[in-house]
Amino acid sequence: MKLQELLKLVNGVVLTDDVNLNREVKGGCGADLMSDVLASIQPRAVLLTGLCNPQVVRTAQIADVAAIVLVRGKRPPKETIELANQESIPLISSPFGMFELCGHLYKAGLPSLENDIK
Amino acid sequence: MAKDILKKVKKITDGAAGVISRVEELAYELKIEEVMKRDVQTVSPDMRLQDVLDMFREKRISGAPVVSDGRLTGIISIEDLIRSLRKGDIESPVAKYSSSQVITIKSFDPVVEALKVFSHTSVGRLPVLDETDKLVGIITKGNITSGILRALESDYQLEEVRRYRASHLFEDIVSDRTSLILRYTINPRDFIHGGAASTYIKRALVRLGANPQIVRRCAIAVYEAEMNLIIHTTNGGTIRVEIEPHMISIRTSDDGPGITDIEQAMQPGYSTAPEEIREMGFGAGMGLKNIERCVDEILLKSTPGKGTRLDLKIQLQAEDIFKETRPTEQGT
Repeated sequence: MKLQELLKLVNGVVLTDDVNLNREVKGGCGADLMSDVLASIQPRAVLLTGLCNPQVVRTAQIADVAAIVLVRGKRPPKETIELANQESIPLISSPFGMFELCGHLYKAGLPSLENDIK
Repeated sequence: MAKDILKKVKKITDGAAGVISRVEELAYELKIEEVMKRDVQTVSPDMRLQDVLDMFREKRISGAPVVSDGRLTGIISIEDLIRSLRKGDIESPVAKYSSSQVITIKSFDPVVEALKVFSHTSVGRLPVLDETDKLVGIITKGNITSGILRALESDYQLEEVRRYRASHLFEDIVSDRTSLILRYTINPRDFIHGGAASTYIKRALVRLGANPQIVRRCAIAVYEAEMNLIIHTTNGGTIRVEIEPHMISIRTSDDGPGITDIEQAMQPGYSTAPEEIREMGFGAGMGLKNIERCVDEILLKSTPGKGTRLDLKIQLQAEDIFKETRPTEQGT
């Protein structure tokens, strides 16, 4: 799924500069525990999270996340936006809650990129 | 600063304003003089149209500025020549068919200014003038396209060159045992820079040309270890990554407080992190488990009150091994 389409589905607002909306998102992962993200996520996923601190961006960078969507219309502190710009990771804010957000994307055909934690 | 960000956010959500791509950015960054054609073929007002036609054909151009006494007085294009041909008037001078209404552009203007003119008018080329209104070049859509492509290429090449240089490091440097050591000092509770060292290490491995899977495993392991130093240590600690052609060795050390029960610490879900750390998404008790999953060897040693040392090894197999050069192979 192209980021453009995802943005429409989540009714999202882009918070970072120079976002390439043609970027391909292969699937999704929803988590608030960063270790869960690192343990389970496969490359090129969109990360849905309620966390807004810069560590979300760090985690995304380490885990090859394609884009971050913040749930419930959260606006992150400016450090988070600055780091996302620096690391070229698109940061999107969506008015939907985590459950609804996952539902919309899954229904639209976006697969889960969460691995089993073995 | 915050105001700045808000402004940018608003601009993008305006929908139609859409996304500012790198190409659009370049249209504002690049100056006309950086993309224009400098050696301009000019014609004089009294030149015969037949000669202009021959010149166009020979130089493979479709228009030229008309210059008289060093000043720009008009422009003549292939369409003007066709008009004269239809009237059987090809022997007339340039001045009779050239247009004197010339839209020009300044050499120091951004490229986007020329793009605006091209999209609002039917002109195909713009004479470029300097501060003193002297003709210094000419610009077409084609010049802009190749100028932007060149700029994009150099953006891209910069990282490519870095990557190329780094990826040959082990081949270019001859020794019996070459290794690259990266060291980082990690401050306790520094959540703003937390993870920066891991990012640098990840980038270094990418530039060295490591297999993406290896890069990922190493990055995740170091990141969890780095966060452990930030969350749990009294005075912070150090990260040392040694990259060898066959192996990546990671060591984190600190001077306290130490782990009382290592076996328990390794259990998934066990955590001693305080509530505020958990609120940040860490301290879920998965850190060491995650590290273990990513590496081939893990050795955790700790003395309460003294400190902790974590040694990790990732072996590189077959085609993942960095190519190296030993003195004997060099033959000198």
